[in-house]
Amino acid sequence: MDDIIELRGLAAGYGATPVISGVDFRVQPGEFVGIVGPSGSGKTTLLRTLLGAVRIMGGSAHVDGKVVGRGSRPSVGYVPQLETIDWNFPVTVEEVVLMGRAMDSGIWPWPRKADRRQMMELLERLGIAAFRHTHIRNLSGGQQQRVFLARALIRSPRLLLLDEPTSGVDIKTRDDVLHLLVDLNRDGVTVLLSTHEINAVAAHLPRVLCINHGVIADGPPRDVFTPETLKRTYGGDMVVVHQNGLTLVADTPHIFDLEGRVLEHRHVSEDAAVR
Amino acid sequence: MSFFTEPLAFEFFRRALLAATLVGGLTGLVGVFVVLRRMSYIGHGMSHAVFGGAVVGYVAGINFYVAAGIWGFISALLINQTTRRQQIAADAAIGIVTTASFAVGVAIISRARSITQNFDAALFGNLLAVTETDLLVIAAVFTFTIIVVFFSYKQLLFLTFDPDVAPVYGVRAGWLDSLFALVLAATIIASIRIMGVTLIAASLVIPPVIARLVTDRFAYMLFVSTGLGALLGFFGLFMSYEFDIASGASIVLLSAAAFAAVLAVVLIREWTRTGRLSIGNRSIGSAEREAMLD
Repeated sequence: MDDIIELRGLAAGYGATPVISGVDFRVQPGEFVGIVGPSGSGKTTLLRTLLGAVRIMGGSAHVDGKVVGRGSRPSVGYVPQLETIDWNFPVTVEEVVLMGRAMDSGIWPWPRKADRRQMMELLERLGIAAFRHTHIRNLSGGQQQRVFLARALIRSPRLLLLDEPTSGVDIKTRDDVLHLLVDLNRDGVTVLLSTHEINAVAAHLPRVLCINHGVIADGPPRDVFTPETLKRTYGGDMVVVHQNGLTLVADTPHIFDLEGRVLEHRHVSEDAAVR
Repeated sequence: MSFFTEPLAFEFFRRALLAATLVGGLTGLVGVFVVLRRMSYIGHGMSHAVFGGAVVGYVAGINFYVAAGIWGFISALLINQTTRRQQIAADAAIGIVTTASFAVGVAIISRARSITQNFDAALFGNLLAVTETDLLVIAAVFTFTIIVVFFSYKQLLFLTFDPDVAPVYGVRAGWLDSLFALVLAATIIASIRIMGVTLIAASLVIPPVIARLVTDRFAYMLFVSTGLGALLGFFGLFMSYEFDIASGASIVLLSAAAFAAVLAVVLIREWTRTGRLSIGNRSIGSAEREAMLD
């Protein structure tokens, strides 16, 4: 099967200096991949490069069989970081979702019946149909995430890119969003998301890519999340625990005495697997 | 009733009234995008830049619209190029280019004091200065703007709301930005006779801000802002005649009073509903997400 994403020796960035370089990365249709890495490591740059929004300085990038950055528009849905959204902007849920069809629904300013019908189907599937006329700010974090997911899905994309979809939401909402993405992935949508939630990636995703201006490791979370890899990715010591089939990553703990004084800041240099 | 009937007896007033109503509607419509795209300062700066072109054109004997149009377009390009290189922040670039342009006009007027009187209208607006040609230009710009907004509505909405993502979905951001810059420059030039250079920015900002206070929907905001701008232009011009003050000043003062009244109503309604003096999500200029951070 042809790869839906194929990056060969990719270097990309803003200005003169590349943010990411030497990136070799392939994704097959139907995969679900998480990208993790420290702030500023190039996660967003990598996603935006796939969208053709960042200058490619070296290597090549193909998405859905098309060369990125040559005017082609592959079938990609994109959900940006919600922190970038102006929540005071006067738009309702349905107006935001229909933006996803802005370039494909004719010259008239009103939406076509087919687009409206597709929007309603999506809103019902995502459980936010009752909020279609609601202003986007008057929604919970999970509902807001679903609105932007619906905007991406209304294009019926083969590939869905999400930039930190679980950022700033509570643990229940995070779990809901990730289960929703797993369901979409089961329906055949290839999903690539960036996140800081290492444990959520380990719990929900079959494949993870660690990056820090380049690819550090790529594979199943259980193989990739080792203290060595995480140290190379984040530059710090972390504890990795395997228990009951789960992989859990934790900060190096401070050990306190009964009075709350720090006795030890435990640095772990080797796999501290607990089985 | 003489407040309304007396000035209507004069042809110059009827002409100016139509111009002020159209200008109010035009600036109300364009202002929605100006405000939501955080371009208020550009509107303010562009009006000052155009003044320089108007003065140079007057001295050189060139038609006002040609001189102001070319000057405004060059100013817009200079601002665009300066900010695109990302060496200088957008507000600094606007400050440099537009005030330098304004200074050119002031310098020329200082050298030739005989033309000072002619530019009072350009600075503060003067209903006596409106000609048939002005009326035609305003109508043409308004028609052009409505056509642009109508046929680019979905793309403009997307680009205004989410300028980073819209190009990813195929919206031609560069082309639309250039088109909007052209509309903005044309709006400012067409409005100068009525509003004056120094007061155009207020007419671009106040109607959309009032409209935002009363609606949560973008499409409604366009209609409310356009209609409100036209009404404020209409009644502002009667005030201009009645109290013998510059047309730009009377329209802006009436707009400010309307804003204060609507804000008061919204605040009182919110206070009776929630017990808090707040305008809720209807602020403009703030993108923080308190709800997410709770």
